Amino acid sequence: MNATATQSTAHHQGSGERLLNISDLHVSYGMVEAVTGVDLQVREGQIVTVIGPNGAGKTTLLSAIIGMLKSKGEVHFDGHFYKVPDVENLVGKGLGLVPEKRELFTSMSIEDNLLLGAFQRFRRGDRGYETTLAEVYSLFPRLWERRKQMSGTLSGGERQMLAIGRALMGKPRLLMLDEPSLGLAPLITREIFRIFADLRRQGVSILLVEQNARAALKVADYAYVLEGGKVAMQGKAADLANDPRVIEAYLGLASKHQELLSS
Amino acid sequence: MKSRHVLTGFVVLLALAPLVLPTFQVTLLNYIGLYALVVLGLVLLTGVGGMTSFGQAAFVGLGSYTSAYLTATQQLPAWLEWAAGSPWLSLLIGILLTATVALLLGALTLRLSGHYLPLGTIAWGISLYYLFGTVKTLGGHSGISGLPPIELFGLELDKGEKMFYLIWAILLLAMLVTQNLLNSREGRAIRALKGGQLMAESMGVNTFRSKMVVFLISALFAAISGWLYAHNQRFVNPTPFGLSMGIDYLFMALIGGVANVWGALLGAGILTMAKQWLQDLLPWLLGDAGKYEHIVFGLLIILIMHRTPGGLWPMLMKLAPAKLRQRKQLLPEAGAVGTPDLPRRDLPEKGELILQAKDVTRQFGGLVANKEMNLEVHAGEILALIGPNGAGKSTMFNQLSAVDTPTSGEVLFRGQSLKGKSSREVATLGMSRTFQHVKLLPTMTVLENVAIGAHLRGNKGVISSALHLERLEETSLLQEAKRQLERVGLGDYLYEEAGSLALGQQRILEIARALCADPCLLLLDEPAAGLRHKEKQALADLLSKLRSEGMAILLVEHDMDFVMGLVDRIVVMEFGEKIAEGLPEEIQTNPAVLEAYLGGAD
Amino acid sequence: MNLQIAILLGQDGITNGAIYALLALSIILVFTVTRILLIPLGEFVTFGALTMYAFQSGHETSIVWLLAAMIALDAALDLKQLFSNGMDARKAQWIGIKLGYAALMVTLMHTLSLQEIPMLAQALLTLMLLVPLGPVMYRVFFQPIASAQPLVLLIVSIALHVTMVGIGLLMFGPEGGRTAPFSDTALRLGSVMLKSQTLWVILVSVVLIVSLFLAFERTLYGKALRATAVNRMGARLMGISPDFAGKATFALAAFIGVASGILIAPITTLYYDSGFIISLKGFVGAIIGGLISYPLAAIGAVAVGLIEAFSMFWASNYKEIIVFTLIIPFLLWRSINSNHVEDEE
Repeated sequence: MNATATQSTAHHQGSGERLLNISDLHVSYGMVEAVTGVDLQVREGQIVTVIGPNGAGKTTLLSAIIGMLKSKGEVHFDGHFYKVPDVENLVGKGLGLVPEKRELFTSMSIEDNLLLGAFQRFRRGDRGYETTLAEVYSLFPRLWERRKQMSGTLSGGERQMLAIGRALMGKPRLLMLDEPSLGLAPLITREIFRIFADLRRQGVSILLVEQNARAALKVADYAYVLEGGKVAMQGKAADLANDPRVIEAYLGLASKHQELLSS
Repeated sequence: MKSRHVLTGFVVLLALAPLVLPTFQVTLLNYIGLYALVVLGLVLLTGVGGMTSFGQAAFVGLGSYTSAYLTATQQLPAWLEWAAGSPWLSLLIGILLTATVALLLGALTLRLSGHYLPLGTIAWGISLYYLFGTVKTLGGHSGISGLPPIELFGLELDKGEKMFYLIWAILLLAMLVTQNLLNSREGRAIRALKGGQLMAESMGVNTFRSKMVVFLISALFAAISGWLYAHNQRFVNPTPFGLSMGIDYLFMALIGGVANVWGALLGAGILTMAKQWLQDLLPWLLGDAGKYEHIVFGLLIILIMHRTPGGLWPMLMKLAPAKLRQRKQLLPEAGAVGTPDLPRRDLPEKGELILQAKDVTRQFGGLVANKEMNLEVHAGEILALIGPNGAGKSTMFNQLSAVDTPTSGEVLFRGQSLKGKSSREVATLGMSRTFQHVKLLPTMTVLENVAIGAHLRGNKGVISSALHLERLEETSLLQEAKRQLERVGLGDYLYEEAGSLALGQQRILEIARALCADPCLLLLDEPAAGLRHKEKQALADLLSKLRSEGMAILLVEHDMDFVMGLVDRIVVMEFGEKIAEGLPEEIQTNPAVLEAYLGGAD
Repeated sequence: MNLQIAILLGQDGITNGAIYALLALSIILVFTVTRILLIPLGEFVTFGALTMYAFQSGHETSIVWLLAAMIALDAALDLKQLFSNGMDARKAQWIGIKLGYAALMVTLMHTLSLQEIPMLAQALLTLMLLVPLGPVMYRVFFQPIASAQPLVLLIVSIALHVTMVGIGLLMFGPEGGRTAPFSDTALRLGSVMLKSQTLWVILVSVVLIVSLFLAFERTLYGKALRATAVNRMGARLMGISPDFAGKATFALAAFIGVASGILIAPITTLYYDSGFIISLKGFVGAIIGGLISYPLAAIGAVAVGLIEAFSMFWASNYKEIIVFTLIIPFLLWRSINSNHVEDEE
């Protein structure tokens, strides 16, 4: 794929404070560099999406930002500079990640899973998490119905709801999601994407990594296309959704059958 | 060839040592040799095979006590009288006894993963130690004395200076045999135990047998060391066979470098000398004899583990001049004239039904990963299994390759049900696969990695490997590996470390490895991921060629361009179910497929 | 054997079994959370017993200097980290608190007349001296290599055991010791005498086990430790740091070890090197529990105690052999039940 990078400077992204600012980020596994020099910004109140083919380094990028993987480069979050991003600190400062594999505590109850999402707040003495728990339950009534069940018994969609709910328990200012639609039926995917829009209204910014490029571009304000560990294109989500190169490459089959689908 | 000179120099120095060194130093060297023999077994077991044992000292004791009892007891029971008096006969009996015990203990513990083996070995190490100290006929805690010296060619080895030669000759021989074994078909299977068991099984390696082999060898090395020890000391008591000695052996292995044959010698040497120095030095430094030894010793080991968890040998090698460092190319020259080709399997007729899934369903707790899946693959056909991420393709792949068993339904391979079959048995039938997350042994060469694929096409065992009597077959195996590597375009990388290849090349390596098994069905899990355009083209050409030879191929793939231009038929999955099946052009216009890939927020 | 003897042996068995159960629980706890087999747990037991004995017998002991030295080392490492990762007022304050604690303990040890204070105070002081060694030990020896291979962790754990045995010899000398029982009264039940210390051991063990259970089921900190054991990655994403989890479990294990030592000190004479065999029996219990199941491990450990007591009567020479061969059927059972090939990654 030989897409030339769309030159787009940060102020094209629109207004709002920069909540997350990544510059020149590099991540390597042994001798192989998986992310090479990525710059990326998320502004307050934005939904930003990162799309790209399998193996482009999307998951690696998220893991490095939150400090699960060692990286080189600069990570600014909420005005602070992190020389060595460390998860515990960043989670406490309001960064949340819903990983691709969900990473639930399968042999613990749903309610325990949710409560653990508020561990950092609990530790700081912030008792507001009980209110948040009620909010999460009203957002996902299904979790309330099953709150005593072991989380390992849940279905795929319920697991994803729990993973998102658990991340929300930490009252994140920026929520990062890795392939939230993975393995979910369209109806549930739709519901979850609607929730992202709701969250933005409540002031939560979102960084979304998706293989479902069309859905992601529809809900996002700004988008990056990651390819071979580099940003190949970026721009307003609406613009990218209509960019012929994006359509060809990432909406895959759609290119040939655009009409069929829209009819 | 410089390293050979160093080795010769080392042996000459050794041979001269007893002639010039004082008796005390020779005794120390004898101990180092005895310990190194035990540690060599641990290198094989722990460093190469990934299994931890604290029980080696007990095996040493078994060898010692067998010989002591048989050669020094005044009145043996009548049924044992035939074995009295001869150290060589008692060595043989000791070996047999140790082998029996090791087989029993191995059968009990080697199937277990994680920490059961070390804990289990602690338990029987202690039991055996107390047994030595309790049984009256073994002399209780005071032990057995008056052992006869070993006689060799009429020469009585009654002094440390004489035993020296026997001890070191046996040690060097054991090191040679170990080195030989590791560079063979059996050795590759053993080296795959650490981190590659799943892969090895799917290439037809019986990993349990390989584990048993190294466990047995390490026990025998220990028993032989015990026999030498007993006749060197000329008396035995339980103390040197206790758990703390078992721990010391493990310390030696880790200090020296647990993954290297020479690390055994280095570790045994350093630990023996260090203990000696600490005993001399600490009282002089700090007064108060004996109190600081353990503290300093323990802290030293912690320090080494923090600084160089791989032991001191690899560190030493980094310092050594490059010429010495070069890994000796012990592989026979692949492609030498006169090497016979490996026999090939008769491929099935084109169009014959090879693989069939019937109503395969797989559930994990509340999650239905596969639901009533049906598909067929025929000889001379490429079938692609596609679907969005999380559609259940990998689970399906695991059902087809017998890594996992369906909750209901069945998979048939050439008419045989795979129910209850292990992936090893499936490999024997002619199914060969690659892995989505590349599984290879990063520190082994590309050639050796691929040769594991041909495991089932050789049959020479451990003993001929250890003595290198299997060189002809070995050459054939490596030649086959080389041929397959050249076929897939990796011919330039034969002797590189597999871990140094790019990810795309590693995927291709896996295909070469699978081909080495001479299969009639290839299962490929995302073979094109991470490949560049040209490499994809080459891969497509290769797969087409294999198809025309009559191979059946099933691949799971994301890359639509790659799939559409190559395969004969496509099965599309979503939410664990088959939503479409047909020719590529049919799939491209199938509304259900488009919905699956593009649906969502609309 | 008559009933009298059987009851006597049963008492001994249950007393020791209760201690083994406590140890087995801490072994599993530490193992599931940190992947470390805590071999030096036994040394906490002997240190606890011998410190109590030193207080009561008026022997000089320099154990407080071990604590001070370890805390100083810990503080030095923390400071180094602080400098390389940027200053943090809360962490700096915490270092000060730790150093202050060490100073307090040194002062206490040199001003109190240890022999005369009540036994409860002696026990409390023993705990205050030794329990902090647990988390500090994790910080200094394990935290820097937390992601190492299991074998390396195991070797470091054993090397620590070796070191601690040496320190035990240095601190307490080669003589063993036995402390005064908690109370002198004995309980008579019909014709059977129940030793009061036995009741103490059982009572305290049950209280400890129940409170551990409650802590892990009901408090968020306990749940956080469980979460780390269930899914390390998930726990990190919730901001539960593995360093915190490691230190917390080591603190708990040290507490249980030292408490066990104080409990059995009046029953058994312990020497500086007695710890290993005691913790190994805890390991036997833990193995019976499959290194996962707490209730199974506790039952297994009590069984170990009973079997040990009865084999002492019938075949005292073979006592240890019988106890340690006990795990073979369990290994066999597990072996039969695990027929799939596992890949360690």
